[in-house]
Amino acid sequence: MATETLTLGKALNTGLRRALENDPKVIIMGEDVGKLGGVFRITDGLQKDFGDQRVIDTPLAESGIIGTAVGLAIRGYRPICEIQFDGFVYPAYDQIVSQVAKMHYRSGGRLSIPMVIRIPFGGGIGAVEHHSESPEAYFAHTAGLKVVTCSNPQDAYVMIQQAIASDDPIVFLEPKRRYWEKGQVDLDAPLSDAYPLHSARVVRPGNAVTVLAYGPMVRTCLEAATAAAEDGRELEVIDLRSLSPLDLTAAYESVKRTGRAVVVHEAPSNIGLGAELAARITEECFYSLESPVLRVTGFDTPYPASRVEEEYLPDLDRVLDAVDRTFGW
Amino acid sequence: MAKGDPGGTTRSKRAAPRSRKGATGDPQLVQLLTPEGERIDSVIGPDGNEYRVDFTDEEYRGLYRDLVLVRKLDAEATALQRQGELGLWASLLGQEAAQVGSGRALRTQDMAFPTYREHGVLYCRGIDPIMPLGLFRGVDQGGWDPNEFKFNMYTIVIGAQTLHATGYAMGITMDGKTGTDDGEAAIAYFGDGATSQGDVNEAFVWASVFNAPLVFFCQNNQYAISEPLERQTRVPLYQRAAGFGFPGIRVDGNDVLASYAVTRTALDNARLGQGPSLIEAYTYRMGAHTTSDDPTRYRIASEVEAWQAKDPIARMKAFLEKQQIADAGFFAEVDEQARRESVHLRERVLDMPDPEPVTMFDHVYPNGSPLLDEQRAKFSRYMESFEGSAH
Ligand SMILES: Cc1ncc(C[n+]2csc(CCOP(=O)(O)OP(=O)(O)O)c2C)c(N)n1
Repeated sequence: MATETLTLGKALNTGLRRALENDPKVIIMGEDVGKLGGVFRITDGLQKDFGDQRVIDTPLAESGIIGTAVGLAIRGYRPICEIQFDGFVYPAYDQIVSQVAKMHYRSGGRLSIPMVIRIPFGGGIGAVEHHSESPEAYFAHTAGLKVVTCSNPQDAYVMIQQAIASDDPIVFLEPKRRYWEKGQVDLDAPLSDAYPLHSARVVRPGNAVTVLAYGPMVRTCLEAATAAAEDGRELEVIDLRSLSPLDLTAAYESVKRTGRAVVVHEAPSNIGLGAELAARITEECFYSLESPVLRVTGFDTPYPASRVEEEYLPDLDRVLDAVDRTFGW
Repeated sequence: MAKGDPGGTTRSKRAAPRSRKGATGDPQLVQLLTPEGERIDSVIGPDGNEYRVDFTDEEYRGLYRDLVLVRKLDAEATALQRQGELGLWASLLGQEAAQVGSGRALRTQDMAFPTYREHGVLYCRGIDPIMPLGLFRGVDQGGWDPNEFKFNMYTIVIGAQTLHATGYAMGITMDGKTGTDDGEAAIAYFGDGATSQGDVNEAFVWASVFNAPLVFFCQNNQYAISEPLERQTRVPLYQRAAGFGFPGIRVDGNDVLASYAVTRTALDNARLGQGPSLIEAYTYRMGAHTTSDDPTRYRIASEVEAWQAKDPIARMKAFLEKQQIADAGFFAEVDEQARRESVHLRERVLDMPDPEPVTMFDHVYPNGSPLLDEQRAKFSRYMESFEGSAH
């Protein structure tokens, strides 16, 4: 078994390479994705090996990246669009929500737009403004789009390939602060045997409190669980992986056992994923709950200056504090 | 001469442009058939291309038939809206020549990306004219197969389709389908208002940079709902192309022959690998923007009358009569066909059933979604709970 230690970024790169190898219709397009390999080097070396017809450096125009990819998809291609940073997806927002998301529906199922929109998202890298946002709720709210995010190199490698192979248009959120974190990746396991793209996964079992997270916050929650275990509380951590559609089967089962749930994300809390999760868990597990579902999130401010982002971002202490509070009812 | 006329000198006081050379200042437009129905054999356009058409009498009559039919079907749709059978209608009245001319210039393999007003192009693509009425009646979202007819869905969001057309055209190149006579090309339709949109300008950049086999076909009908051309631009629209690095040409959009000739040349150039071009079909929207609009609030009767004199069908008819290509019997027969087809259209629209409510859950995702399946099941149970109870 070819298991290698890779960073999350390199795992994505390897997954993209596999997709380009396996299907001649797969193309990558975006700003600086060619010679430079993307500003995070996720497409490093791909243009060199697959040519500038498959890995296309585009003009600096986000609506153009997505809009032309729609046309290419109608023509039979499978475009993977890279948006350089989360805060720059908004010029393409119309194309994503009004065109990409609705084409299949509007055409009565006659057209599919098998597109993957890769967006490095979230904070924690000390960047300037517009480089650290969490726009997932905008996309998860849009019917016709699917939204997924990975939290570790193995998932990054597999999920990016699954997303590319899917006929659904998928917003693929990459936790940029985790790009450099390493993990074991099984490069040979066939995609057909892989864990389903839209399924959540219990990444640490426990019986005290159910903690729901995704993307960059999964690791934070795992660290919190390690700390809580020292105090004798076993947190069950669930990596949602898919934000639309949400898979809450494991969460419901877990909350019915633990009676407590904490949702953690970097995005602001107002009308965010946490609200949806809390509502669903409350509806489904009402009689099992010992306390309200709590949220630990970024604040309802624009992403702040990076010197205070440590305070903005949910961290181990805030997660543990919420865990404590679930026992206060 | 009326405001909005390419040869005109009078200007609207509202716009008050700084220079005399405003949005409508360039008189150069390709014309092969004058408003009086005189044929111009061939013209050298300002771009140096020679524009001519070489139609048989049968083909001339065919174009006339197209013009009359699309106008009649459009009028029927407007009437249906007035009677409450359609929620809305965007009429093409006045723009028949631009649409039929460009539509007939397309080859089977070419792909068109329309707005919501391209009923004439749709007709030329061989699509049943009932199809867009489903969209405007609200029983579906446009029922034709874009791949089968090489005519994409109508696009309501202004300008969005120009990028789709550009990407599609890039795909043509990537598939190696240019450079030969049986190559493919794409055409993007949009209005004068759309030229202000970012997407259209991005499409210009992309098409140019990637040398996409694409024709940008702008029907300048002088208004974007109520806003006159002067609110969108201070330079003639076709001249914009130069700044993006490809040719632009203005054609008399009320002249079906010139519209055909100019589009065919542009498509051929695209097909042969010479990249994109912009056609500005200079025309006029004779009716309202849509049926919910009141054009008397923003334009004057004399302007409409001046354009009436340039009517695309009247000039074609005058030409056919002068050249004795068609006789009274032919014109009567075309009118009768148009009448029959519009009656048929009306009958079929009235018969269009409302969709089953549960079908609103169909086709959201190619691969479905468990959450949506759950919602659909709940909705179905809810609907079933009414059965029998109300009657
Ligand atoms: C992005 C966007 N903004 C506003 C509208 C509302 N709207 C519909 S048609 C129209 C005017 C379009 O004018 P033009 O591009 O000249 O095309 P025309 O309708 O005259 O053919 C407007 C503002 C829209 N459909 N899309």
